[in-house]
Amino acid sequence: MTDDLPLTHEDIAEIAAILENSGYRELDLATRRFRLRVAKGDGEHGGMTQEWQWSGTAADVAPESQAAISDPDAICSPLPGTFYHSPQPGAPPFIQPGDLVGPETVIGIVETMKLMNPVHAGRSGTVGDVLVPDGTLVAKGEALVRLT
Amino acid sequence: MIRKLFIANRGEIALRVIRTARSMGIETVLGASEADAASLPAKLADHVAIVGPGPSSQSYLAIDRVIAAAVRSGCDAVHPGYGFLSENAQFARAVLAAGMHFVGPEITTLEGMGDKLAARALAVEAGLPVLPGGEAATRTDVHARAALTGYPLLLKAVAGGGGKGMRRVDRPEDLDTALDMAQAEAQAAFGNAAVYVERFVAKGRHVEVQLLGDGTSAIHLGTRDCSIQRRFQKLVEEAPAPAMPLEAREGIEQAAVRLARHLNYRGAGTAEFLVDATDFSFYFLELNARIQVEHPVTEAITGVDLVEQQLLVAMGKPLSLTQAMVRPTGHAIEVRINAEDPDADFRPSPGRVTRAAWPAGVGVRIDTHIGVDGEVPPFYDSLMGKLIVHGDTREEAVERLGKALRSLQIEGMPTTTPLHRRIVADPRFIAGGVDTSFLTGLAQ
Repeated sequence: MTDDLPLTHEDIAEIAAILENSGYRELDLATRRFRLRVAKGDGEHGGMTQEWQWSGTAADVAPESQAAISDPDAICSPLPGTFYHSPQPGAPPFIQPGDLVGPETVIGIVETMKLMNPVHAGRSGTVGDVLVPDGTLVAKGEALVRLT
Repeated sequence: MIRKLFIANRGEIALRVIRTARSMGIETVLGASEADAASLPAKLADHVAIVGPGPSSQSYLAIDRVIAAAVRSGCDAVHPGYGFLSENAQFARAVLAAGMHFVGPEITTLEGMGDKLAARALAVEAGLPVLPGGEAATRTDVHARAALTGYPLLLKAVAGGGGKGMRRVDRPEDLDTALDMAQAEAQAAFGNAAVYVERFVAKGRHVEVQLLGDGTSAIHLGTRDCSIQRRFQKLVEEAPAPAMPLEAREGIEQAAVRLARHLNYRGAGTAEFLVDATDFSFYFLELNARIQVEHPVTEAITGVDLVEQQLLVAMGKPLSLTQAMVRPTGHAIEVRINAEDPDADFRPSPGRVTRAAWPAGVGVRIDTHIGVDGEVPPFYDSLMGKLIVHGDTREEAVERLGKALRSLQIEGMPTTTPLHRRIVADPRFIAGGVDTSFLTGLAQ
């Protein structure tokens, strides 16, 4: 919610050119709304960079689940997304309590960024509980299924 | 006139539209999902209207909610960006019915171009070459058509897009199985099982033409080459199409303009062609009736602000540009920095960015909504930003791209950056004019 947008790409190119021809290594500018750092490369990485940090609060993201890490029998989500029990709505679920699974057995899918990612059991065992309801948003590392 | 613009999109394109609207003195309202409430476009828009929860089906794709939010906020126009509802005729109709301008083409154009077979027929009417093939309603028709077209061929969904319902068939004995799969996929993805047959070009390049029209006249802004793709999605785009004889490029540009004039096209659009990499014969594929992700490479070489042109045309103004006024200079290349792990089959990697050092310098443009602490939610596509370089020559652009990629550092999740570093160092890319099989042959 601002009166104007800070700095076009032409402005940044101009600042970079000024800095390039100066004796200074970086420009660090902090305003109420943003902080901009334009810096010369450190040799190893070569070129000039721009880093922006914006004020204002960021939305909460689901933290990586701690419970999962402490439960050695849990199969955890490899990435954040929506967990589905079956390949498509109405189809039978991939697994049910009591099923035997092997490392390659698909126990569900996690939809992330419009892609369906199969979740493999990763080890052998018997399905105890499916911990997360169908269609639930899960965090990376969240326990999905417990083996007995 | 447009006084208050509703932006029915997110990410870098929302920010891109806000920038131009602001420079034209137009007030902006961002229709954001709850997951994007703290995103950079939400911070920089004049107002934010929450359209629904994170999943796009309940927010960015929910026509009723988007329209209601736009009406409630008193907007007089809607910019749909790309993807989401940008080419949805039902949405465009609802925008008009609510008394607002739709920043896009006529509804009849959206309808005509949404059906790939209808688009093909319109192109043929306009005198454009299309790949051998065509409609095939029954299994018998498909076999008859395939016999005429020859192998290898492609089965494509009539309602298609994004590679769904598409199957390559190399031998006649595989046709029935492939047809079953293509139809099932097309039914699941689009609710329409119809497919058609097209010849498969082994060494093909993807070349497209940027068009601008006002409903009466139409011009082109040159070519873009987008042959470097994975899963039928573009990763690197450049303008103009390199390593191609001038006559071939002009032939494609003229064909695109013929189509735009035939359609009385209004707004910004892109005609996509498949170009045979060996003899430069070309075939019309489709017309995208919206702004494209890769539009900045065209802006870089022409100096035209395409979003501004879209808004002016949507206000009912005739094109102020003529073909003679468009004088492309130099060469531009864009690479897409996605939250994906190129070493794990492009697995998406949503999360929070801990450091985002984007390149800066002469001839460098960054279009991104991701700064330090920027978030890539798991609901949407993986585009984090675009690095665009411009040089007097392609050689200079490639050199700038290499340098910029070396300084780019994003921490917090894997991105496509290392892949782009390999691409820019590949002798085939440096030479220019690669075909769509490029990534398969890329050195690790």
